[in-house]
Amino acid sequence: MGVLGAEPWSEEMRKRIEDSTGIKAYDIFGTSELSGPLFTECQSQNGIHIWADQFLVEVINPDTGEPVANGERGELVITTLVKEALPLIRYRIGDITVLNWDECECGRTHPRIMRVLGRADDMLIVRGINVFPGQVESVLMNIPEVGEHFMIIVDRINELDIMKVQIEMTDAAFSDKVTDIMDLEKKVGAALKSVLNIAVKVELVEHGSLPRSMGKAKKVIDNRKI
Amino acid sequence: MEEKMIKQISLFAENKPGRLANIAETFKESGINIRAFTIAEAGDFGIIRMVVDNPDSAHKVLHDAGFTVSETNVLGVEMEDMPGQLAMIADVLSEKDINIDYAYAFVTKTEKAFLIVRVNDIRGAVKALDGANIRLLDMSDVHDI
Ligand SMILES: [Zn+2]
Repeated sequence: MGVLGAEPWSEEMRKRIEDSTGIKAYDIFGTSELSGPLFTECQSQNGIHIWADQFLVEVINPDTGEPVANGERGELVITTLVKEALPLIRYRIGDITVLNWDECECGRTHPRIMRVLGRADDMLIVRGINVFPGQVESVLMNIPEVGEHFMIIVDRINELDIMKVQIEMTDAAFSDKVTDIMDLEKKVGAALKSVLNIAVKVELVEHGSLPRSMGKAKKVIDNRKI
Repeated sequence: MEEKMIKQISLFAENKPGRLANIAETFKESGINIRAFTIAEAGDFGIIRMVVDNPDSAHKVLHDAGFTVSETNVLGVEMEDMPGQLAMIADVLSEKDINIDYAYAFVTKTEKAFLIVRVNDIRGAVKALDGANIRLLDMSDVHDI
């Protein structure tokens, strides 16, 4: 088994890791402010259990600071209940997630955070619509022809936001027919549009041409001057 | 039937300066010679297609250099270097309902012209062109050009 953290990853990424390596992959969550990795998934692999006797967790609307309804997306806020040296009260970690208070399949009643969807500061607003890089990753993971390396580039041209997603070409996707490649770009564009609700221009780029960052990967270039 | 086909090397390239020079340099270092060459452009990317004297080695060299590359079976059709030849070949194929995906031509020092063709039914195309007494290149021809 593997316990994987440090950066948000998607359900589709889990499938890819498990299928290609044969291990079971579990998500782990924590930050250095809270003393490192603290919470992990149980055997059900369906959300990260927060130990509610140790930490008080809330999910809030980042703009108003008010808690959102159960099951709604918002920013995670944590209060430490037993930490003595450096207690934190309603500490805004900056991660966007969904909290689930339902009893887990495993029998535990501690609430679960259902996947970190991204960082609050990673969130892009494109033509008024919230876009998380994690959503793009999820879509790409469901299209086996394309690789996992991508870059979101946002420009403002004639007062209009234009979102482009560059994806690296793979040996599997490459065809020597131009129309095959254009069809693949259209297919990925349509899949992104159905999830993000905005038009996305997809551009396949050469293998190895996108930056490989260590640690927290930077997946967005925002060229808009606001 | 494979001996009537030739292997084409195709690679994916962004439209960026220096890509071609990079490929040429890679080939020079490996002693690979290009016999025919074309670029299909489509906005921000292009597909470079070429016939080389040693396709298997070219494939390996390019792949190891980090390119996305594939090998495709195509036909090398010998033409007299005179008008009407291309139309004649197209007719032979269309009579058998064979579509040409793409084609490009090159001329050699022997005064012959060659047409490199990718079709949707390569076996059918070999049969049709053979039947019309049109000569097809094999890999040893490519080597000797
Ligand atoms: Zn559980």
